[in-house]
Amino acid sequence: MATTITFNLNGKQRQVRVDDAQMPLLYALRNDLGLHGPRFGCGLAQCGACTVHVNGQALRSCVFPVASAAGAKVLTLEGLGTPDKPHPLQKAFIEEQAVQCGYCINGMVMQAAAFLQTNKRPTESQIKEALANNLCRCGTHLRIVRAVKRASEMA
Amino acid sequence: MLLENVSRRDFLKGSGALVVTFAVAPRLAGAAVKTVALDQVDGFVAIDGAGMVTIYSGKVDLGTGTDTALAQMAAEELGVAMASVKLVTGDTLLTPDQGITWGSLTIQSGGMQIRRACATAREALLEQAASKLGAQPGELGVKDGVVTDRSGAKQVAYGELIGNQRFQLKVNDKVPLRDPAQYTIVGKPIPRIDIPDKLTGRFTYMQDFKLAHMVHARVVRPTAIKASLQSFSDAECKKIPGYLRSVRKGNFLAVVARNEWAAIKAAGAMRASWSNWQGLPDKAQLWEEVRATRIARDENLQSVGNSAQALAGAAEQLKATFDFAVHTHGSIGPSCAVAELKDGKLTVWTASQATHLLRKQLARMLDLPEQNIRCVYLEGAGCYGRNGHEDAAADAALIAMEANAPVRVQWSRADEHGWDPKGPPMLFDFRGAVDTSGSIVAWESEQFAPETAKPFAVTLVAAELAGLPKDDAFPGNIHGSLAIPYDVPNVTVTAHCLAETPFRPSWIRSPGRMQNTFANECFIDQLAAAAGADPLEFRIRHLKDARGHDALERLRKLASWTPRTRPTGGAGELAKGRGVSYVKYELVRTYVAVVADVEVNRRTGEIRVERFYVAHDCGQIINPDGLRNQIEGNIIQTTSRTLIEDLQWNRSAVTSLEWQGYPILRSPTYPRC
Repeated sequence: MATTITFNLNGKQRQVRVDDAQMPLLYALRNDLGLHGPRFGCGLAQCGACTVHVNGQALRSCVFPVASAAGAKVLTLEGLGTPDKPHPLQKAFIEEQAVQCGYCINGMVMQAAAFLQTNKRPTESQIKEALANNLCRCGTHLRIVRAVKRASEMA
Repeated sequence: MLLENVSRRDFLKGSGALVVTFAVAPRLAGAAVKTVALDQVDGFVAIDGAGMVTIYSGKVDLGTGTDTALAQMAAEELGVAMASVKLVTGDTLLTPDQGITWGSLTIQSGGMQIRRACATAREALLEQAASKLGAQPGELGVKDGVVTDRSGAKQVAYGELIGNQRFQLKVNDKVPLRDPAQYTIVGKPIPRIDIPDKLTGRFTYMQDFKLAHMVHARVVRPTAIKASLQSFSDAECKKIPGYLRSVRKGNFLAVVARNEWAAIKAAGAMRASWSNWQGLPDKAQLWEEVRATRIARDENLQSVGNSAQALAGAAEQLKATFDFAVHTHGSIGPSCAVAELKDGKLTVWTASQATHLLRKQLARMLDLPEQNIRCVYLEGAGCYGRNGHEDAAADAALIAMEANAPVRVQWSRADEHGWDPKGPPMLFDFRGAVDTSGSIVAWESEQFAPETAKPFAVTLVAAELAGLPKDDAFPGNIHGSLAIPYDVPNVTVTAHCLAETPFRPSWIRSPGRMQNTFANECFIDQLAAAAGADPLEFRIRHLKDARGHDALERLRKLASWTPRTRPTGGAGELAKGRGVSYVKYELVRTYVAVVADVEVNRRTGEIRVERFYVAHDCGQIINPDGLRNQIEGNIIQTTSRTLIEDLQWNRSAVTSLEWQGYPILRSPTYPRC
């Protein structure tokens, strides 16, 4: 039975109509709502590429049922900042050129954004620990950690 | 003549997030389509009336920043601003076949082709400008696409000179190139053109690409690599809203649905019965199996003096054996492709590093004329060689032949870990000797690795499963860098080319050269220890190459190297020390020398690299920050692969199907560099 689920996406009320309310939020965001920020990496909550914020918490949208997002505030990379008004993390990642293929970067930024909410002036090793469950195959972590540090110093 | 030159990226950028309209081939009004000839300027360069330059590159950006670097090379050589250059890459209809994007050749080889095409174009434009301005070409300068005479009074823009017309010129291989001393764009750390979009969710990766009326498919993988499909039932799939159908060809089984989630669920609901195949070697006996594998042929890779005689005459002979595990490419984004069959013509959107080769492979598999297939590159997750991108494309193409709609195939994590081709197991035996003066007198090495005498291609999984015509699997240039860069009087280096290897092999960064260098550099350390020599000094002493010397001397300074002739790790549970390594890539290319500060836990055996120091000489650098980014990435990926990566399998299939089963280095344990 198709269900309609409503949530606040990047500041706007949005609806999706799904056949299966247990479908992970990731597919609603990418396929029904046309976003490119959250990415499919593993479907197992292991790599972090799909990370979004739900009510301010960073979570893995590849295993989070869309039904659980009903009525919630969902924030994705697109809502974090724009090319004209980038979030300090987006700005810092660009300044540090902290990207190779960039497939993991959504997760890095979204995880770091939630982390910086709780720890505004983290040390390098705290940043490394905070991103320990976000995988990057290109080996960009050195720059990523520098970018998060830079962003924390901007605010 | 009007060039309807609308690039793919304009479409992608302007299209919004949901459905992407697709590229129109640039057509000259009433004339043939754009040339993709490698010897034609028009193959690589087009300039429109507004002076916007389009560079057509067969080499693609695999996430390493080469689009930016190629744009820098083109802008510099043409004398235009970076902002005036856009790229169309890896589209078989539009871009020349510059070979596979592999082997660190994008700048060195592909970039040089583009540079010469741009220089030829610039010379032609200057000549045209000279006649228009009534000046000599030598008196003219060009900046930001505007040609100016010496007085500065007369000017003409490229757009006015060539705007939308073809050059109709052969690339001049001897064309004068701009003097590096005058460079204003090449050699500068220009920020990458793709990064802002990647940071704001505006970039269109392969995985984001959508077409109207597109359906979603998943392949139902056999339970054993070479199992046969005995029967299947999609009765349960039919209960899933959105499920459309199954597709079966031999052992290839797929489900098709209207939406992605339905396809994922249907793949899980499919009931398939597979034969029991147990043809993989027992992992515990892998190296014995490799050693016992039939040798198809031997290849001598280096022969100096008489190593057998020198070894026989030596007071002491050193021996060592090294093995290097089977690795997966482990792309963070599993492979994905979209294929559409329309009026007998197949278009495939793919993150393939080799669209021209893929087109040939698909033509063969599907028995279609090559000219009826177009492969279009879209960037995927980094692949680091030949991963599953081409296989996903073949899956999509095979299903699209049956489905009445464009088909998107997204591989699962298990598909990627289980079914991408693998970096093959490699085994090495070494023998060597040093004399009383501390010099190496003999060096012998033998490599046991898959046969390389094959065309450049890797078997497409779909062709294999469906029993369709297929290519053999080339493992990559795995012999490179086995020959040593050192000056030794007696050397024999032999590659035993094995007739069989357990997994479909392919190239993974950097095929063979990484494993060979690992083994060579471990062995030279053993020789240095036997000679009672400092390992850095020992290398320098055996090196005649001046640039190699320079790299090692710079490294010595950078790392504040302290000479040592015996282990310095101490006696505690944690041994700390540093090691050095050197390579001249394939003996003809980049010089790399590194020092690693390493910590070994004597109780657990755990190895941790604290820090790397790198001296790197690759010749002309296009973008120093881009290069640094790649070096950092290579250091980290190589540390991960060398220390912790190890494919797991049983007798039937790969069992390390996700990141817990196949761990890679994580941020807390990254070395600094």
